[in-house]
Order: sequence, then C-alpha cells, then structure tokens
Amino acid sequence: MRRRGAARALLAPYGAWAALFIVVPLGFVAYYAFTDNNFAFTFDNISRFFTARSVVDGTEVYTYLLIFWRSLKLALISTVLCLLLGYPLAYIMARAGDRAQKIMMILIMIPMWMNFLIRTYAWMTILQDTGILNGFLGALGLEKIHVIGTESAVVIGMVYDYLPYMVLPIYSIMAKMDVRLLEAARDLGCNGFSVLRRVIFPLSLPGVLSGVTMVLIPSISTFYISQKLGSGRFFLIGDAIEGQYAANNLHFAAAMAFILMVVLLLCMAVMKELTVRYTGEGERA
Amino acid sequence: MEKLIELKGISKAFDGETVLDNISLDIHDNEFLTLLGPSGCGKTTTLRIIGGFEFPDSGDVMFMGQRINDVPPHKRNVNTVFQKYALFPHLNVFENVAFPLRERRVPRAEVEEKVKEMLSLVLLSGFASRRVTSLSGGQQQRVAIARALIGRPKVLLLDEPLGALDLKLRKDMQQELKKIQKATGITFIFVTHDQEEALTMSDTIVVMSQGRIQQIGTPQDIYNEPKNAFVADFIGESNILDGVMLGDYKVRFSGQTFRCVDKGFDAGERVDVVVRPEDVDIVAGDKGKLLGTVTSVTFMGVHYEVIVDIGGFKWMIQTTDFVAEGERVGLFIVPDAIHIMKKSEYSGLYGDYSSFSNELDGLSDPDAGGEAEP
Repeated sequence: MRRRGAARALLAPYGAWAALFIVVPLGFVAYYAFTDNNFAFTFDNISRFFTARSVVDGTEVYTYLLIFWRSLKLALISTVLCLLLGYPLAYIMARAGDRAQKIMMILIMIPMWMNFLIRTYAWMTILQDTGILNGFLGALGLEKIHVIGTESAVVIGMVYDYLPYMVLPIYSIMAKMDVRLLEAARDLGCNGFSVLRRVIFPLSLPGVLSGVTMVLIPSISTFYISQKLGSGRFFLIGDAIEGQYAANNLHFAAAMAFILMVVLLLCMAVMKELTVRYTGEGERA
Repeated sequence: MEKLIELKGISKAFDGETVLDNISLDIHDNEFLTLLGPSGCGKTTTLRIIGGFEFPDSGDVMFMGQRINDVPPHKRNVNTVFQKYALFPHLNVFENVAFPLRERRVPRAEVEEKVKEMLSLVLLSGFASRRVTSLSGGQQQRVAIARALIGRPKVLLLDEPLGALDLKLRKDMQQELKKIQKATGITFIFVTHDQEEALTMSDTIVVMSQGRIQQIGTPQDIYNEPKNAFVADFIGESNILDGVMLGDYKVRFSGQTFRCVDKGFDAGERVDVVVRPEDVDIVAGDKGKLLGTVTSVTFMGVHYEVIVDIGGFKWMIQTTDFVAEGERVGLFIVPDAIHIMKKSEYSGLYGDYSSFSNELDGLSDPDAGGEAEP
C-alpha cells in the first residue's frame, strides 16, 4: 500500500502538468468553439464553417469547406510523396553498413535543426522565377519553369519539411527486422522483389502507418508554407485559423481548430484500425 | 545410394579468420547426415553454403553433378529449418506453411490439400488458423518443418532445430524428425553440438573441429572407433592415455602391457589409447592389472561415476557396483575395449578426469597424463 502511495505521489506532478497544459487548453478550445463573444452557448461558429460562402473567380463557393478540402488534398499528396520517397530511403538506410547508417541519419536530422521559417525562405529563394532553380536551368540552356505560387511549390515545401517523420519510423522498424526472416523467404523460393512484397512490406506496415500519421496530421494543419511558397494564393486551414486569431476572432478560430481536431482524431482511429487489421498487432491485447 | 551433394575442397574465411579449411564431403540420397561439433567448428557455415546463404572462397558445391556455387537460395532445391524457426509473424500457421506454394502460384485447391497433408504429418491438424506467435516452441518448430518440406525439396537443412526445446520435448522431436525423414525419403542434413542427438538420429555423422572434418562414419563407427583424441573426447566420455605399440595386438600404457585388437602400427610407435568408462571393470585390488585409489564417487541414477587415480592420471569408470571413496581398487580391461588411435594435433589435450570441461582443464595437473608413460 505504501509503495502504491509513493508511486501516486511521484506521478502527481506529471498529472498536474498534463491537466494544466493538455486538458485545460483543450477544454478552452471547446468552450470558445461553442460560445459567442458574450460567452453564451451557440452553434453559430460551427455552422459558419460549413455554410459561409464567398465569390472566388466569379463563382460562389463554400469558403471554409473549400479551404479544408484544399488542405486535405495537399496533405494527402504530400503524404503519398513522402511515402514514395521515404520508403526506399528507409530501406536503403536499414540495409547499409553501420557507418553509412549513421551518416544518413545525420543528413536527415540536420535540416530539422534549422528553423522552420528559414527553411521555408530558403525554398523561396530556390523556387522563385529568378531563383536558384531557374538560374541552374538557364545555365544548362533549358527553359525556365514557374513554380513559386503554385500548389506544387506548397507540396515541395511540405514534403521537404515532413519527410524525416516518414523515414524515421519506417527505418526503425526495418533496422530491427530479423534478417533470418528474409533468408527464410529466399530459401522458400522468393526472389528479391518477392521478399520485399511478401515479407518486408507487410512487416514494415506498422512503421508505414505511423509515418503516414506523423506526416498527414501536421501537413493538414500546416500554415505559413502555403503563404510563402504559394504566394498566399493557396490559403490552407492552418492559415485560416491563424488569420482568425490575428483578427481576434477567437471563437471562430477555436471552432475551426475544434473541427480539425475531430477530423484528425477520426483519421487516427482509422489508422489504428488498419494497423490492427494488417499486422495483427494488439489483437490479443 | 546415389550421390546428391558433393562438397569439394571448400574453404571459407570471415575477416581473414579461417572458418572452413578444405572440406570435402559426399551426401547421399535419402540419408540422415549430421554435422557435429562444438560451436565455432564451421558446421553452420557448411550448412549455409549448401543452402546458398554463403559462398565458398574456394572449392565447389555440386548438386546432382552440377556446380551450384553461384546459384541463389531460391533457385536451389534445398530448404532450411532455421535455428529459431524464422516463422513469418504476419501470417498464420496455414499461410506460413503455404508460403512456398503461393510463390509458385499453385492452384488454391491444391494448396489447401497439400497444407492439410503437411500439417497432419507434423501433428498440427487443427492449428491452421492459429497465429504463429501463439504457439509453443515445439509447435513453432513443427510449423517450420512443414513449411520447409511442403515444396518437396531434395534436401532439408536443419540448423540446431531442437536447441530451444526442453529435454523431453527434444527427445520426442528427435523421434518425430527421424520418422518424417523415413516417411518422405528426403535427405536431412542436421547440425548440432549435442553428441547424443547425433548418435540417436543419424545414418552418418560428420565430426568437425576448427573448420576441418575429423571423422565421417556411422554412429557406431564414431563411438567405437574414434579416429583421434578430439573425436573420442567429444563423443561420449573417454579415458585417453598415451601409449606405445609394442607390435601387433600389443600396447603398453599406464606402466602395463595389454592385449588389444589393433594392428598395423610400427613397433614402438607412440599412440593415443581410448578406453570408454563403461568398458572398465572395477575388481579387487589384487586382481586388476592397474591399481589405484578411488577419489570420487557420484551417483548418476543408472550407474555410479567413479574417478580412480592411477599414477596421477584420473580415470573415469561407470559402474553399477558401489565402491567407497578412498578404497584401493584394481581395474580390468578386456582387449576389445582398448581402442588405439594415431597421434594427432589433439593428442594430450583431453583424457584426464581431474575436470570435465575444457574450460577447467587448466586447473588440473598438465603432466598428469604423461606420468603414466612407461
């Protein structure tokens, strides 16, 4: 009994920390989302998100649903690109020698140590019409391309920022994978591609799913990248929330944050369900 | 019996350290062959070379008369049961066993039938839909065997497959493996460091040490006629003494001359003499050729293990008759029980029972064996 009491006493600071910085703020978000400026209960903020309309290029659209759809689309594209780039990279890293693994790990980590704003500005100077990329193409005698201010530029920025979050979980699963399982597959008649398809990929699924979660969620709610690399033409849900806060519309900003959170929680529930179904992990739990 | 696999002068080194040193070995159809030796003797490397997971630095691997040095594992008609089974954790028992058939795109109905047949062969009918992680060690073992056999390989390689099982289960699995080998007619190449396992299961035993083959023979050959001190020490218990051949059928050791059944040595040739502990009779002090003092008696259940000090050399004797510690006894050995071996690099390393393991040999008197010299 005494030990239990001691354990509880030790846990208390963490409990207080969690309550103060996680539960209470979440409560505030919900409270603001469902109240008006006089703190009276209302659904108006929520319904505004779903019903507000505006005119873009001569057609009337649902303002926030369009922004949300755009965020979701760019986030999905970025996640798929991160997966396509990150999976082979993780595989190569896991199969490389100790030294090469360490070097590649550092190369992946270094950009993460730099400030997010600086990284985004760096991409602006690369992608601008008179930037490094076009200078390079020009020097090669090739036609210049227009990237900045397009959706592609936003996607490039997001992939660059979030790629490590895809690579690391997949890499950590692949590095731990039992080499004998791969030998067994070879022994039982698999060529190299078959081993990848029938053993390595299914076993790496938990890493893929956590990588997808870790990229999809921050990229849905991303902001700033879209303002700088999209030249402000591709307002994302993160930008919208930031804009409303800046305009001191705390209640509507909270409502959008609340809706985003619910959607992300649903996404995570689906991911979790997929993990269980395809790997059987947690089945006996 | 038809020759199935031939190893011709195989050598292999890892980081400059020789693991296999010019190994040559013929493996026949329908044979249960065991590679036996202590850890680091090269037995697993030999197996991996046959499986295609390692490539020899020199020498050839022949399979039914064809050189297969560079053939990758998935193109060899050889399957492996891995040391810790290496079952696929994302697949259930059925899909693990069906794995090789799926690769060959065997029709669904045929897969169903073959997997069923295999699971019943390894006594796992009814486990098809179980997750492999929910099985016991013995069951996982049998799934691994079924998975390796279902593609009907010519040869099954088994890398210490029973090492992780408890003693009784291991004995059952030894019987089971032998039965499966007989029923399928597939050549088994079995790797173990357990000499008892090797003796009970094998048609042929290959004893290895330090990357070289020490002896190839039937279990009876290996036990009764060990070729050198290493084999004699590794297989069963042995008293190994220095001796001198006085002529055909005559050997001198421990200061006495004995009749034996070996001939063909030079007169005066120095040899190693092996006497198995169960072949020595303890008799009254005045009736034995050798006279010594009992220094230790251990009850082993079936018999006593008695250590007798004769001229400083500690003999081990297994007997069902009780003798007391400190008693003066005589030893009697029939000619048939005296095995003569040529001197080898292993001479003088083993044989005295001051300690049982090589690790503790340093504690015993290194000259103990030599003192018995005439």
